[in-house]
Amino acid sequence: MALTSMSWKPMLAGAIVGLMALPITLNAQQSAPGAAPAPLPAPTTNSVLMDAPKNPAAQKLAPVAPPPIAKAADQIPLSKFKVPNGFKLEVYASGMVNARSLARGDKGTIFVSTRLLDRIYAVTDNNGKHEVKPLYSGLLRPNGIAFKNGTLYLAELNKISKMENIEANLDNPPKPVVIYDNLPSDEPHGWKYLAIGPDNKLYFNVGAPCNICEPPPTHAQLRRINMDGSGMEVYARGIRQVVGLDFHPVSHQLYFSENQRDWLSEDLPNDKLNRVVKPGQEDFGFPRCHQGNVPDPEFGWGKGCEGVSKPLALLGPHSAPLGIRFYTGTMFPKEFQNGLFVARHGSWNKTKKFGGDIVFVTLNANGTVKSVKPFITGFLQPDNNYIGRPVDMLQMPDGSLLISDDWNGAVYRLSYSKAQVSQAR
Amino acid sequence: MSKLFVAGVVAASLIAGFPAAAQSVSEKLAPCLACHGESGTSQNEKVPSLGGQNSYYVLIQLVLFRDKIRVGEPMNDLLKGASDGDLQAFADTIAKLPAPKPVDGGDVARMEKAKALAHQNRCDACHRLDFAGTENVPRIGAQREDYLAKTLHDYKTGARHGYDASMADVLAPLGDPEFTELAYYLARTK
Repeated sequence: MALTSMSWKPMLAGAIVGLMALPITLNAQQSAPGAAPAPLPAPTTNSVLMDAPKNPAAQKLAPVAPPPIAKAADQIPLSKFKVPNGFKLEVYASGMVNARSLARGDKGTIFVSTRLLDRIYAVTDNNGKHEVKPLYSGLLRPNGIAFKNGTLYLAELNKISKMENIEANLDNPPKPVVIYDNLPSDEPHGWKYLAIGPDNKLYFNVGAPCNICEPPPTHAQLRRINMDGSGMEVYARGIRQVVGLDFHPVSHQLYFSENQRDWLSEDLPNDKLNRVVKPGQEDFGFPRCHQGNVPDPEFGWGKGCEGVSKPLALLGPHSAPLGIRFYTGTMFPKEFQNGLFVARHGSWNKTKKFGGDIVFVTLNANGTVKSVKPFITGFLQPDNNYIGRPVDMLQMPDGSLLISDDWNGAVYRLSYSKAQVSQAR
Repeated sequence: MSKLFVAGVVAASLIAGFPAAAQSVSEKLAPCLACHGESGTSQNEKVPSLGGQNSYYVLIQLVLFRDKIRVGEPMNDLLKGASDGDLQAFADTIAKLPAPKPVDGGDVARMEKAKALAHQNRCDACHRLDFAGTENVPRIGAQREDYLAKTLHDYKTGARHGYDASMADVLAPLGDPEFTELAYYLARTK
């Protein structure tokens, strides 16, 4: 089943009418019979559930939480994750509860962040045996990590820090030194993805502090700063939440995944793959426009989708795309060169969940999307339950791909060889 | 009263310690239920009832307490050194305790208003219409009123960070006056 970047026709008939319910506050006045009715209280910030339809099926949906303990390596259902012919998936390391973003040190240490816990893991290669060491405690939403020149950079909820010379000191890691903290502390979409660009700057998101609302000018955007924390610039606006970004190996343009709003409908809007063409100038639509062509029923009146940067690809409704990774290695066949993998974490706001897979995106010469095809499937099973949820990816020097899974608390290694290509089909 | 009592329990369990050899799950849980109530209903100020709580949710909270991500004594001390297996066993056992007993009565008008507030803010969606929750969403029906009010307050101020950001998100439009009413209502829901 190949997905192409087709447009979804908006189906915004009467379904939208019920979404505008106003909150009852306790200060609402009771009016005496015959008197003018008391003024309605002003709408307040919409939260993730205030927009939820009053429908029994909708009432059953709640955010999914990953297990707080990791699966033992031999309990991970590897055989249920389907990979294409010639590829092999194996457990690289396990026992890392809530394994999220990946970064590789100069000496080969694999760093693995968490989002719901307070630590980072370091995976070292001890003669082929991959050993996991938890580092730090007390970190707050330490989802974003990136490594350069001996230093690990960390993006927590409301600050960005550096840990210098960390690989030589894994037994006693250096205390994080804050380099940038001009950041809000909102929990909703407050966790960050962190990446270092080819321009030697740190890139990260400040998510919208809500499911759907008019964000303050400090939110719903991508920012970049110098490696010492100075020189902040807003790189792109109108972005609800980013949990994955990477740079095209040739054009160096920034590509990013974006998670769209909940509670509009089961099948709308699609989550997106975007690209920044004009740094500092683009508006990707939040909150007035979703998936490039669906005006929001509350915020979309007037301007609608006018002037919004369109997505390169629609990645399915509620698929939760997180990590994206351009492939530049020589291990995989030529058709993978300069294309990108996208990890779709999978839905919670959809009765029949969607995603729970990794897709491969092929690009045209001008950097637009040619095709989106499922590549590894099975994290979401036909019975609508998760047996894994992919998060981030990292290309290794040998051209293999590491993949993190925050459901099982593991990192997998994906490899390819002609010898693995099965003759029997 | 409760501080001395808690101190006594902590002392007892520190002597018992984790990991203790050859203790059954019931034996390990005994100091816990001394505070939280063997019958599933807590009689202690600001100590939550645990009866009928969803085991997935309990496991998450126990892990957060053991790893000191959720900071609070005596929970951090009591769970120090507990294994994943211990915590899973505790969660499963606690889930089987009888659901807590709601407070009787309640002013009818006040209950109606608070019920509407809970519905408007969709508490009865994730936590379900009967407030028994499911999986990672806790049972909040018939929970202690003081614990509910404190929990909502702590989520709002950020004194308590959830496993994820859901509660911080849904509480954005609400404050202490609403929390007082919601706690009053939920403690009395049957």
